[in-house]
Amino acid sequence: MNNEVIIDKIFKGSLRAVGLVLLGIPLLLLGVMFFYSLPSIKAFGFRFIVGQTWDPVKGMYGGLPFLVGTLLTSLIALVISFPFSFSTALLLSEYLEGGILANMLKSAIELLAGIPSVIYGFWGLIVLVPLLRKLEMTMGIPPYGVSIFGASIILSIMIIPYASTMSREVMRLVPGDIKEAAYSLGGTHWEVIKRVVIPTSRSGIFAGILLALGRALGETMAVTMIIGNKNQLTFNVFEPGNTMASVIANEFTEASDTLYLSSLIELGLLLFVVTAIINFLGRKIIERYEIKGDDGALLNE
Amino acid sequence: MKESVLFERVILGSTEEAKDIILQLVNLSAYFCESRIVKNINLAIEKNKVTSIMGPSGCGKTTLIRCINRMHEMSPGGTTKGEILLYGKDINNMNAIEVRKKIGMVFQRPNPFPTMTIYENVIAGFILNGIRLPKNIMDEIVEDSLSKAALWDEVKHNLGKRGIYLSGGQQQRLCIARALAMKPDVLLLDEPTSALDPKATAKIEELIVQLKESVTILIVTHNIAQAARVSDNTAFLYLGELVEYEPTKKLFTIPRDKRTEEYLTGKYG
Amino acid sequence: MSDVLIKKRILKDHLAKLIILAISIIVVVPLVLILGYLIINGLASINLDFITNIPKPVGETGGGILNAILGSGIIILTALILFVPLGIGGGIYVSEFSDTLLSRILRLSIDVLQGTPSIVIGIFTWVICVVPMGRFSALSGSLALGVMVLPIVLKSTEETLKLIPMELREAATALGVPYYRVVLKVVVPAGLKGIASGVLLGTTRISGETAPLLFTAFGNPYMSFNILKPMSSLPLVIYVYATSPYDEWHKLAWGASLILILLVFGINMAARIFFSRRDGR
Ligand SMILES: Nc1ncnc2c1ncn2[C@@H]1O[C@H](COP(=O)(O)OP(=O)(O)OP(=O)(O)O)[C@@H](O)[C@H]1O
Ligand SMILES: [Mg+2]
Repeated sequence: MNNEVIIDKIFKGSLRAVGLVLLGIPLLLLGVMFFYSLPSIKAFGFRFIVGQTWDPVKGMYGGLPFLVGTLLTSLIALVISFPFSFSTALLLSEYLEGGILANMLKSAIELLAGIPSVIYGFWGLIVLVPLLRKLEMTMGIPPYGVSIFGASIILSIMIIPYASTMSREVMRLVPGDIKEAAYSLGGTHWEVIKRVVIPTSRSGIFAGILLALGRALGETMAVTMIIGNKNQLTFNVFEPGNTMASVIANEFTEASDTLYLSSLIELGLLLFVVTAIINFLGRKIIERYEIKGDDGALLNE
Repeated sequence: MKESVLFERVILGSTEEAKDIILQLVNLSAYFCESRIVKNINLAIEKNKVTSIMGPSGCGKTTLIRCINRMHEMSPGGTTKGEILLYGKDINNMNAIEVRKKIGMVFQRPNPFPTMTIYENVIAGFILNGIRLPKNIMDEIVEDSLSKAALWDEVKHNLGKRGIYLSGGQQQRLCIARALAMKPDVLLLDEPTSALDPKATAKIEELIVQLKESVTILIVTHNIAQAARVSDNTAFLYLGELVEYEPTKKLFTIPRDKRTEEYLTGKYG
Repeated sequence: MSDVLIKKRILKDHLAKLIILAISIIVVVPLVLILGYLIINGLASINLDFITNIPKPVGETGGGILNAILGSGIIILTALILFVPLGIGGGIYVSEFSDTLLSRILRLSIDVLQGTPSIVIGIFTWVICVVPMGRFSALSGSLALGVMVLPIVLKSTEETLKLIPMELREAATALGVPYYRVVLKVVVPAGLKGIASGVLLGTTRISGETAPLLFTAFGNPYMSFNILKPMSSLPLVIYVYATSPYDEWHKLAWGASLILILLVFGINMAARIFFSRRDGR
């Protein structure tokens, strides 16, 4: 009856349409990945996950080497990065309030997050790998240089910003009055941190680690460039290996037959599902805190 | 029951002269989800008069006047029952957008549009509705509305300045000018001076009295003295019910209801 | 006795602070090393030829990366043109109708999309774009990057619009302004800065992405402006040159890396300036 009323309806309708389209993207992603994985799923079933041989010539595709490679690199990276992300978070939320040092450290962390993965990879290849090679020679083991360990080190640098920012935000949310209560009971700063700040923000710190893990699992370029790209099951971190992401990056354009391609896509599907679950858990934990403002921006990436 | 007695008394006129009624609330109730905040109110508003609505905090004054220009339905869970008749026609059967053009509103805190100049703020109703008018007509509307809002002399050389750079009282008068620019029949004011200092308050009270020549005014106020100074009729609300509705003088001198009396003597704070 | 105890506790307190400080400062070391290598080697290989030429064949010295710089620009711009409107629209939807079932599911699935590894998004766009087209193309690269920028734009739009004061919206509504105009003329303009900075932040995020371009835009040693054909991009040439065994190409990779990082940090800085101004009206 009225123009404006009709336009209002159209406006709301189109907003909803946009929402539906956007909802379709992840669903479509899951759908096509699954569809393209079908040949491999049919051919190998569960053996795809436990199979140790990845041999395109024989048409054998077992993903275990990559599952192990992914887990190894990610976990080592987490272990290496934890002291650093934890310390920077504590320092920035508890010890330094503003000041040059705080701002510098904050910017450094932001810059680390902003460096593209391919540059990390390049730097690692030129600087880190020769160093590792020397180290391996003095240790008397085969000096590959490119190795699971090298990839883990680069990864650990790359994920520091994520865990650090998240932990810092959560630590900052610890209410001032309970900290003051602890001080008034005669606690030292460190004791307050140990007994109040860390326990209160424990689940947030854990969520930060989960999100960093989600990143590490799916990180592709830097790992691909440094891990050595060897499709062999190994638990020796000084040997070359491959992760799910790196084998896809490496072999996808070479995959000539359907089964080969399908197996690579199934690896992608697995990676997708695992990271989705880990990110989901991390976000569920964080939702209980309310993090906003400037620093939230990094987390929104 | 009590309400309907009140209703008849006012509508049918227990007082002698026939009244010129512009707005009539009939059995009006307002809800937030399940809870009924405004309860079965009957009220007739006289044209070109100032009617004040008083009552303790949380009694539903804001909710009541937000029903009158259909802003209440914008709040999450906000619904109404009953009729609101503007010139005898139920506004709930009209287009909400039209209703709001006819019944303007000024809010508790001044809220000029931060990105707009003073000039643009006055004609914001036209700008935002995409109505283009010739420059001279717009100029006229701006001057006319600002003059009515007693702001013209203070800002006429600074029309290009952002509205938010004005003082609080000026901002509130700008918001009144913005509402007046739409030439409304009724102007709703929700505690328009509660965020202002005494001087700015006096200015706005003065303005309200002047404005009633051209527009019917409904003002919510906490301030008993303000109601006494500016309004012709006063309605007293308590816990969402209309307790008493009388010519202001009468209500202030001989309140019929005990609750009104207690409120006027400061028992509810 | 208790005096000794207190001294011990205070000592511990100091020690803890020292350790935390020391470990934190180590974090700066890799950053300095990476940026140092980048600047020293990058500056050595950047000159006018470098940014005005396309690559020379293997074996010949010299050559530049103009095609990669332009390619990056084209791919990113196309991604933004295609997906920023969708992201803003979706952001408006979830902030305006935040309680609907669609909003709740949409938020969840956008979170999932955001956490999806970029290589997986590469596969996805390969399937939906490269396979039907029958060849690699810049367009498919743009789709991949667009899918990655989408969640960032959507979320920053939502966060920004949520902060727009209710009073502003009410002021407009009370003037008889219809809903769509309130949203488009009052709410969105008020949040424009926040939305813009979200877009910029998203741009920095995707401009360094390599993995999703490997089997979409693919790369191209020649100059190409056709988005339906393979196209070069900065991250791709860095990858190719960096993993090659030739020193000459490593030099090109350093130069390209420095340019890429300047681009990323430059846009990032612009975004932060936007951010810091957002709240002060
Ligand atoms: N958005 C809302 N959702 C639910 N309940 C509400 C909402 N807004 C107000 N209420 C409730 O409605 C009642 C009346 O509120 P209202 O704002 O109309 O009171 P008021 O008379 O204007 O008070 P004040 O003098 O403090 O402005 C209050 O009890 C309040 O708790
Ligand atoms: Mg109120």
